[in-house]
Amino acid sequence: MIPAGFEYHRPGDIASAIGILQEYGDEARVIAGGHSLIPMMKLRMAEMGHLVDLQAIEELKGIEVGPDTVTLGAMVTQHELITHSGLAEAIPLIREAALQIADPQVRYMGTVGGNVANGDPGNDMPGLMQCLNASFELSGPDGNRTVAARDFYEAAYFTAREDEEILIRISIPVPGAGVGQAYQKQKRKIGDYATAAAAVMVGNGQASVAMTNLADTPIWSDEASTALAGGDVEGCVAAMLDAIDPVADNRGPVEFKKHVAAVVLRRAIDRAQSRAG
Amino acid sequence: MSKMHVKLTVNGKQVDGLAEPRTLLIHFLREDLKITGPHIGCETSHCGACTVDIDGKSVKSCTAFVAQVNGAEITTVEGLTNDDGSLGVLQEMFREHHGLQCGFCTPGMITRAHRLLQENPNPTEEEIRFGMAGNLCRCTGYQNIVKAISASADLLNAQKEAAE
Ligand SMILES: Cc1cc2nc3c(=O)[nH]c(=O)nc-3n(C[C@H](O)[C@H](O)[C@H](O)COP(=O)(O)OP(=O)(O)OC[C@H]3O[C@@H](n4cnc5c(N)ncnc54)[C@H](O)[C@@H]3O)c2cc1C
Ligand code: FES
Ligand code: FES
Repeated sequence: MIPAGFEYHRPGDIASAIGILQEYGDEARVIAGGHSLIPMMKLRMAEMGHLVDLQAIEELKGIEVGPDTVTLGAMVTQHELITHSGLAEAIPLIREAALQIADPQVRYMGTVGGNVANGDPGNDMPGLMQCLNASFELSGPDGNRTVAARDFYEAAYFTAREDEEILIRISIPVPGAGVGQAYQKQKRKIGDYATAAAAVMVGNGQASVAMTNLADTPIWSDEASTALAGGDVEGCVAAMLDAIDPVADNRGPVEFKKHVAAVVLRRAIDRAQSRAG
Repeated sequence: MSKMHVKLTVNGKQVDGLAEPRTLLIHFLREDLKITGPHIGCETSHCGACTVDIDGKSVKSCTAFVAQVNGAEITTVEGLTNDDGSLGVLQEMFREHHGLQCGFCTPGMITRAHRLLQENPNPTEEEIRFGMAGNLCRCTGYQNIVKAISASADLLNAQKEAAE
């Protein structure tokens, strides 16, 4: 379980980090908390000549809670998402989901930026960010650009981010008062990725529904969201079951996953509705 | 690959060494520094036997490169004894309440419990179980681990009160 060798870099600002990525091209990769990347490197499924550690870049840290928008620096850890009191008040859904990721040790290290940039369909934050209609700010050699979470995921481990870009910040519109939120996750044991998970917001005549680990990207469904906004729970579940595309693996066969998806989604809707109004 | 100069504070002492950046912290601690309290159970980030405290966080040291923690302050189970070398409160309570059998998971359990009690000095049983969810034990069935941590919390709080 020893990863291949690499040269280590710890730049102090975004521009230097991008400079290193430009210099070494696809030989270089950034590391945040390392809790997805290091396991992959141990398995030799990821190898790179240059590892660019983002931990010393102050611009990537911090949580800002504004009246309309919450901003998360890419290097904010899951532990920080859980312990920040203002954030739990503004968007309780984030804390509820973060508490269901991995275990305490992993949450001290794992970052929100790493979780959304990774592109693993098992990660919980991408579906959550699609439900919340978050946007991701990327910084690269040609400056900054913003990509909606709903447009970011292309396939497993393929995202809209270019190799020389760094995800620097996540912006999330604060859901209006009266919007109920819930994150529901079915897993085999503590620390496991989801068999199925659902993020739901509903209230004020609007709704948003996204699911995790049921396709090679997170699934946000316009149709399911519109149905739920109109109060049609069964229509919402049916639209979502149509949109997902699970594959059989050690978490179960396809039929089972669809069954669990429907159960988890209904439970999330129930809880979100009970919190609305 | 060339080696890098590594400087750490481990259990209050400055240590220096040379290591390849890819060296996992657990290997650096055990093989270079001969600090063998932290154990390797799974080496795949699941069991928590390798847990150490890094700058106030509980971290699985099999899932951190020594390069990433260069400059950090690290505490292992060896650093949780009293100043005179006798067992610290958590260590003593694990002994008294049979919080261990084979003892393989214990260094990780105690190091994690130390941080848990720093953050939450009065945990409920449920909070202890949730806070210890990253540490697996194959012997005890956890009941006595929870008891030992709960007893440690009481004792530490009583000590704090007596000191005030
Ligand atoms: C035992 C265990 C259980 C886990 N369970 C869960 C779970 O239930 N749910 C879940 O969601 N996750 C889970 N994880 C994953 C964990 O949450 C990871 O920490 C997280 O997915 C990645 O965050 P990181 O900061 O560790 O990223 P890293 O591992 O450092 O990076 C991951 C990838 O993203 C890239 N990257 C990181 N930051 C940036 C950035 N700012 N810009 C561009 N690219 C970047 C890296 O190059 C790498 O390719 C688990 C991990 C472990 C070890
Ligand atoms: S050896 Fe590190 S988690 Fe098991
Ligand atoms: S005491 Fe044997 S694994 Fe915990």
